[in-house]
Amino acid sequence: MLDTLIAGLLRGNVYALGAVGISLVFGVMNVVNFAQFSFFGLGAMLAWFFIATLGLPFWLALPLVLVICGGLGLVINITVVRPLAKFLPLAAMLSTYAVSQILDNASQVAFSAQFRVFPAVLPTSNLQIGNMRFGTSDVVMLGTTAVLMVAMSLFLKYGRIGRAIRATSQDQEAALQMGIPVALVQHVSFVIASALGGLAGVFIALYVGVANPSSGLNIGLTAFVAATLGGLGSLVGAVIGGFVLGILESFGIHFFGDTSRQIIIFVILIVVLIVRPGGLLGKIPLISTEPLTGTFLGKGRPFRIPRWVWPVAFLAIGVLIPLTGNNYILTTGTQVLIYAIIAAGFTVTAGQAGVLALGQAGPIAIGAYISAALTLYLDFSFWVALPIAGLVAAIVASILASPIWGVKGHYISIATLGLGIAIVAVIQLVVPQGLYNIPVPQWFGTPLSTPTAYYLIDFGVLVVTLLVMFRIRSSHLGKVISSVGSDEVAALASGVRGRDYKALAFAISAFFAGIGGSLLAHQYTYIDPTIFTMLMSLLVVTIVIMGGVGLPYGAVVGSIILIGAMELLRFTPELRIMVYGLVLILVVRFRPGGILVRNS
Amino acid sequence: MSGVLLDVKNLERHFDGLKAVDGISFTVAPGEVVSIIGPNGSGKTTTLNLVAGTIRAHGGTISLGDTRIDRADSARIAEYGIARTFQNGRVFATLSVADNIEVGLHSTLHATRPFRGLSHLFLLRWIPLLGELFIAIVGTPASRRERIEIDANVDAQLHRFEARLGSRRDDPAYSLSYANRRRAEIARAMALKPTLLVLDEPTAGMNQSETAEVLEQLLELKAEGQAILLVEHKLDLVMKLSDRVIVMDGGRIIAEGRPEDVRHDPAVIEAYIGRRRALATGDRS
Repeated sequence: MLDTLIAGLLRGNVYALGAVGISLVFGVMNVVNFAQFSFFGLGAMLAWFFIATLGLPFWLALPLVLVICGGLGLVINITVVRPLAKFLPLAAMLSTYAVSQILDNASQVAFSAQFRVFPAVLPTSNLQIGNMRFGTSDVVMLGTTAVLMVAMSLFLKYGRIGRAIRATSQDQEAALQMGIPVALVQHVSFVIASALGGLAGVFIALYVGVANPSSGLNIGLTAFVAATLGGLGSLVGAVIGGFVLGILESFGIHFFGDTSRQIIIFVILIVVLIVRPGGLLGKIPLISTEPLTGTFLGKGRPFRIPRWVWPVAFLAIGVLIPLTGNNYILTTGTQVLIYAIIAAGFTVTAGQAGVLALGQAGPIAIGAYISAALTLYLDFSFWVALPIAGLVAAIVASILASPIWGVKGHYISIATLGLGIAIVAVIQLVVPQGLYNIPVPQWFGTPLSTPTAYYLIDFGVLVVTLLVMFRIRSSHLGKVISSVGSDEVAALASGVRGRDYKALAFAISAFFAGIGGSLLAHQYTYIDPTIFTMLMSLLVVTIVIMGGVGLPYGAVVGSIILIGAMELLRFTPELRIMVYGLVLILVVRFRPGGILVRNS
Repeated sequence: MSGVLLDVKNLERHFDGLKAVDGISFTVAPGEVVSIIGPNGSGKTTTLNLVAGTIRAHGGTISLGDTRIDRADSARIAEYGIARTFQNGRVFATLSVADNIEVGLHSTLHATRPFRGLSHLFLLRWIPLLGELFIAIVGTPASRRERIEIDANVDAQLHRFEARLGSRRDDPAYSLSYANRRRAEIARAMALKPTLLVLDEPTAGMNQSETAEVLEQLLELKAEGQAILLVEHKLDLVMKLSDRVIVMDGGRIIAEGRPEDVRHDPAVIEAYIGRRRALATGDRS
């Protein structure tokens, strides 16, 4: 039991370091910084590289890691975050999400994706108190954190920049008026946060004994939950949140096993957001101070599409390609169509309801597994399993998401991100090994296994999806959903219950995500949990934002560019993700309405 | 008691120990225009927010007709027939002017919102939501008839501001000038066919001629028999429009009565215009 507690303290230590960084940046910039997540993985890999490959001593490697991470943080803040944070905190958050994907994959390219054994630089079990064993390594980690936290609080209390940081996080405008160099304050905070992230990464590698470029995400998400638990913006809260979460998680794993980790974290996140959205030490946000009403992506008018475009596009995509395309074109085209279906269905949530959900991989996975299981084990026809997959995805995702519609702004994106990860974690818990030999669709006894058949099925589904989305958009319901995304308080005053319509929009999107998942499963004939990653969610968001967040046909264009072009250019998976990230940053920065929308 | 539309009794609301509204009582009769005036921070907007359900009361009661509304959320209050505007003109920026007004019609619709009686109930609210989805995608003869009514109603509301909004029907609301946003907001509120219209500083930030135009339009509404509760700083407008004026200071009502009586009330002059000015005018009268 005591061992579990110690393990919890050590994990909590790492989360506390990460959470302090997240809280610090949130305080001075009002941006949730996903890039912070990557510094955990990056810190670990850099330390591994310096120690194991270059043979540097630990005491030299550690400051090097901190300097590199801090410097990288500065670059990210100058180029990406700060230009957006002033006007569009939500857009800045999305960009940091993209940055984190770029960093993770750049680090994968540089260090390769495999797990590396982290050198045991300090003894891990040379000390003993009573019957409890621990090591110098543990003492150094906890000690370093304690020293850092004391130094940090002294700096914030008495240092010139430290006081400026506190002033800025209380009121940025007023701080600026008083002559505080807010830009400098934000840069310093970002550097400190990134360095702390790197340090946390080194510590987690020391603790678990392995390092991996993509390990940052899970730790980052946990650190974020810790920061939320403590109260975003409150540094003491972040430390407390980190340790509380570390200990809870440690006992959770002790009793329920390692796969329960993500589920525990998600449940804690949801409970905090509902019971005390301001966190333990934060203030509960008032309506009047809510900075993020509505969506950043909406202004600007879509280009007028001439009428002849529709039949031409229909003929080109629906007739010309299936008649003339080779198998390679058709298989790529099928992917394009499936993502277009998922993304078109997502426009009602992201564009109209203004909910930037970051976990669409969850409902996609549900649809894929339901459809696969129904056809594999219960001999359902594909044509019956397809709509059931959509329905089950919509119902399950709606039930799981039902607590989050009362929360706002950043929190809703984070909650949906956690939701997507938790869904896939549950699936991994239930069917860890994946499903094989998923039956191909049949048409009155004839198997439809050719690329042309898949392509045509998906094309048909896409046409139906677009028709449904257009009907919704032009209806009273569509306008009501858009009003919620535009100004929820004013919508309430008009008798529109925003929560209900956000939930409905999310259910519609989850339905089409489930349909897309089913189509994917039957095309691949094999699925496992590693397919439904955060990358998949990011891809859906990027497609929608690229094409114009509220435009169903924009989703088709976005899908053609991001899936089709990437495939035809034969980019490697890592390079592809980096391009997605870059595209997302550039679009959000320069054409927030999407490429089919005139800037206003 | 007949002849009372809105009945507020001993209303209280505090923010972190500060009593923003401290046990006030007042009424609004059908067709009556009542203004609340007072210095900044006197609790006027808080009172409006409480009446419209944007925030919850900590004590006292609010009734509309025979219905207690102080425990209802603002969507429910809109359904009961109270429509409001906001101090800074909150329109749905991405929707067109016409669509803004159409959203205002939401709580008056029936065929477009089947089973809407269930929308207050946990879980069962999905029945009306899915009903609305079905109407949106497929539709029924009744919903198509209601569509025609919606369009007619939107045009009728736009007609109030024909000179200003007539040509802007399909423009997104973010492209409107500030004054036009306020007009669109009033049109959206009126689309609800409210029994009580609640206006929070309808002329804030407007110049004299724009203010005069708003006054004209509000007088027209008054002539139609529309009951209005408004907060306003511009005394000229308040005096010309109101049947009754309530003066607040420090969360309490310090005077109440016909505009001409309130104007000369010493307590009002002191609170609203300040002691020195009060002394000066006191010397003269």
